Amino acid sequence: MKSALAHARYVLGDNVVTAFAFGMFALFLVMAAVGPWIVPYDPLANGPNPLEPPSSRHWFGTDQTGRDIFSRVVAATQLDFAIAFASVALAFGAGTLAGIAAGFFGGWWERIIGRMVDTIMAFPLFVLAMGIVAAMGNTIFNIVLATGIINFPIYARVARAEANVIRNAGYIEAARIAGYGETRILFTQILPNIMPIMVVQISLTMGYAILNAAGLSFIGLGVRPPTAEWGIMVSDGANFIQNGQWWIAAFPGLVLMLAVFCFNLLGDGLRDMIDPRRRT
Amino acid sequence: MLSMILRRLASAIPSLIGVVIVTFVLTRALPGDPAAYYAGPAATKEAIEQIRVKLGLDKGLGEQFVDYVGALARGELGNSISTGQPVAHELLTRLPASIELTLLGLIFAIGVAVPLGVFAALRPNSWVDHVCRVIATAGVSLPIFFTGLLMIYVFYFLLGIAPPPLGRIEVFYSPPTHVTGFFLVDSLLDGDLGVFLAAVKQLVLPALTLGIFALAPIARMTRASMLSALSSDFVRTARASGLGSFKVVVGYALRNALLPVVTVLGMVFSFLLGANVLVEKVFAWPGIGSYAIEALIQSDYAPVQGFVLVMAFMYVGLNLAIDVLYGVIDPRISMAT
Amino acid sequence: MTPAAPLLEVKNLNVEFRTRAGTVKALERVGFSIGKGEAVAVVGESGSGKSVTAYAVMGILDRAARVTGGKVAFGDLDLLQASETDLADIRGREISMIFQNPRAALNPIRRVGDQIADVLIRHGNVKRADAPAKAVQLLATVGIPDPARRAGAYPFELSGGMCQRVMIAIALACDPQLLIADEPTTGLDVTTQAVIMDLVMELGRRRGMAMMLITHDLGMALEYCNRVVVMHAGHVVETAPTAELFRRPRHPYTAKLIAATPRPGTALRALASIPGAMPNLRNVSIPPCRYSPRCERFGSDCERPLPHFGEGGRMVSCWNPV
Repeated sequence: MKSALAHARYVLGDNVVTAFAFGMFALFLVMAAVGPWIVPYDPLANGPNPLEPPSSRHWFGTDQTGRDIFSRVVAATQLDFAIAFASVALAFGAGTLAGIAAGFFGGWWERIIGRMVDTIMAFPLFVLAMGIVAAMGNTIFNIVLATGIINFPIYARVARAEANVIRNAGYIEAARIAGYGETRILFTQILPNIMPIMVVQISLTMGYAILNAAGLSFIGLGVRPPTAEWGIMVSDGANFIQNGQWWIAAFPGLVLMLAVFCFNLLGDGLRDMIDPRRRT
Repeated sequence: MLSMILRRLASAIPSLIGVVIVTFVLTRALPGDPAAYYAGPAATKEAIEQIRVKLGLDKGLGEQFVDYVGALARGELGNSISTGQPVAHELLTRLPASIELTLLGLIFAIGVAVPLGVFAALRPNSWVDHVCRVIATAGVSLPIFFTGLLMIYVFYFLLGIAPPPLGRIEVFYSPPTHVTGFFLVDSLLDGDLGVFLAAVKQLVLPALTLGIFALAPIARMTRASMLSALSSDFVRTARASGLGSFKVVVGYALRNALLPVVTVLGMVFSFLLGANVLVEKVFAWPGIGSYAIEALIQSDYAPVQGFVLVMAFMYVGLNLAIDVLYGVIDPRISMAT
Repeated sequence: MTPAAPLLEVKNLNVEFRTRAGTVKALERVGFSIGKGEAVAVVGESGSGKSVTAYAVMGILDRAARVTGGKVAFGDLDLLQASETDLADIRGREISMIFQNPRAALNPIRRVGDQIADVLIRHGNVKRADAPAKAVQLLATVGIPDPARRAGAYPFELSGGMCQRVMIAIALACDPQLLIADEPTTGLDVTTQAVIMDLVMELGRRRGMAMMLITHDLGMALEYCNRVVVMHAGHVVETAPTAELFRRPRHPYTAKLIAATPRPGTALRALASIPGAMPNLRNVSIPPCRYSPRCERFGSDCERPLPHFGEGGRMVSCWNPV
């Protein structure tokens, strides 16, 4: 553990950018956790000064019904992170288990799960998410489900590849000979070995999940107004760009970009920490 | 080589079957009453019942599936409630607009990303390399609809050099005679340079937006692939034989490095086809993406499902084409029986 | 001792590699010479710096490498100071190199005839239109049957031995004065090894070409080369005419190497292995004699900086030679 921390410090010190990403991530977490309670205005409350540019009273300005954009952007952090986190958890959980089963047991498991993965990947992923949410209705649950489904293949593939490698390595046989049951082998041997790669994937997928949810909201398949969510705020603001009222779309968009950027950098940094050979 | 192509074709069939099954499930597995969805929010009870019988929603699921496949084979994708037109016809009319946009975006992306990746690989850990990485990461981090809006704000509102984002061609011009549906091609066939330029002007911003999005994976893969090629044994031999650096970098290294880049194009198309929808909304581009979005707003489901199906089929076809292309340009595969 | 000026003279060559774990002094004061038409073997264990020396001469060192001193005289030119343009003119035309793993060393997606033609066109010997025909001729020279058809083949269609012949054709296309062969027979089966080496020697002899044969196989050095340069951990420890080296090795390492080389009539069991391992060159504190930790003749003298005893054709770098 100590050497892991020391190694982490070496890479972080070596790589200012990753340290910066960690810092941003921490900041976002704080915003997500306590955001809605510490904002100056009620994110859902209309106000008396619509379409006001950024000022000392409203740091990010107000939108067309007078709501304070700063409060809405901060409050939206919680929702967007929750959606992203839930979808990634779903994709990771289902995908990893499926992938391990496919890679470890082979046979029918591999065939069926392979078909599932191929079928999902036969669609352009965002289009599939659109189709699912359009068919099942735009509730937060369905958004999470759709995003989870389209990210399922990545985890399944990685888990399957790793499980395959581990299955062919000697120490599974050793565990079997030692009398460990299959499930026990699964949890004590395979799971810990794939966790590092999975953590990298999780970080990268979080960014993608946020973009996905925002994209769905942008075309009207996401959350419903007046909920504060970055994507729908950009969608609202889009109508006003042509008149020069840039702040309505700009701030949620920027924060959205920062969040995704942060997760991507984090993923890259984690990848470096875990396996320097894989540095891109 | 023919056998290789046929084999690739055969392997695409299970994907197509999967697509048909999934889209069927999506059309029939709507929670609540599917007939109500297709009849529309303003339908009466009798209208819903009529739709139910008309669409065969009262039959068993197995029978419905057979009907569904049969309809697809005949090219029937249902009718749009809002326009009353067959979905298949509307999609077909609007398809060239989407394809023209996506193709241009892709060409721009490749044109920028490949040289960027090559330069980054030639000078690893230099400032060019870091710029390449930042651009690549930023490219995937930016929500594409935001990039599009940013483009509009900067180039149309602030600088005034881009036309208003209102579609494929400004109102003063009439669209060229329809031959392919691609305005760039048709206007040249017409010999009308004015229309050609007008179409180009409208295409620039949305194509750029799409291109920026697709830059990242292509640049990243080019860089990694070039790094690998440049440190390979055969490049060392080429250098040791005194071949000029252009020949070594482009003729020997890049040609080999481009092979993995072709394989990454599949993933790029997945991004692009999805991003297409968002870009079409931002720029009011009359392609199949905005068709689906307009239908969505009006709770008109048949167009959306037709859209998903067509997109998936196109995507499977594109992947197939990429697979075959790779097999053709890599002699190790094209010559192996 | 070669009467005329040597074709290639390496003097005091120092090469460093910058790695994450520190600087590695890969080559230290490496020096030897090769005369016109001479065949010199550079022998040593894996990691002794043989290939690095060759790459330094050719100017194709890795990006992380730094030449920190020395001179490589080729005719009037110091290759270490020459511009990249001059070097590129010399490579493939005056000095050529062939590598191990021949199939990997050829462009996998380019026909072999075209690869030979590329070199012919580059060094100005032939017109573009004539190059393919000349390439076929060269393939015939290196003993490839049905050369006209084979010229259109890709490397993956050829055997390892044929790929090496193609590489030889590329290297000899412009009649270089010096051929550097970096373990050219590694990866080939024994029969092919002999055939390839005979081919190289024959072609070299016909053209009066000098050769630098890098190998870990002392037997090959004995069979094909006039002189031997023995390297250990980035140092040249001994150079001598081949016969003398084998009859009377002076450096303890050379003696051990010879004792460890399989010879007909000697049982494998009787072969002595060399104790210890190559020093870790990343260590900051390496003794001046990098062989001393493994040497049984180690004495108090040996902590002094290394000497170079002998002149010209015969040199040993040891305070306590055999």
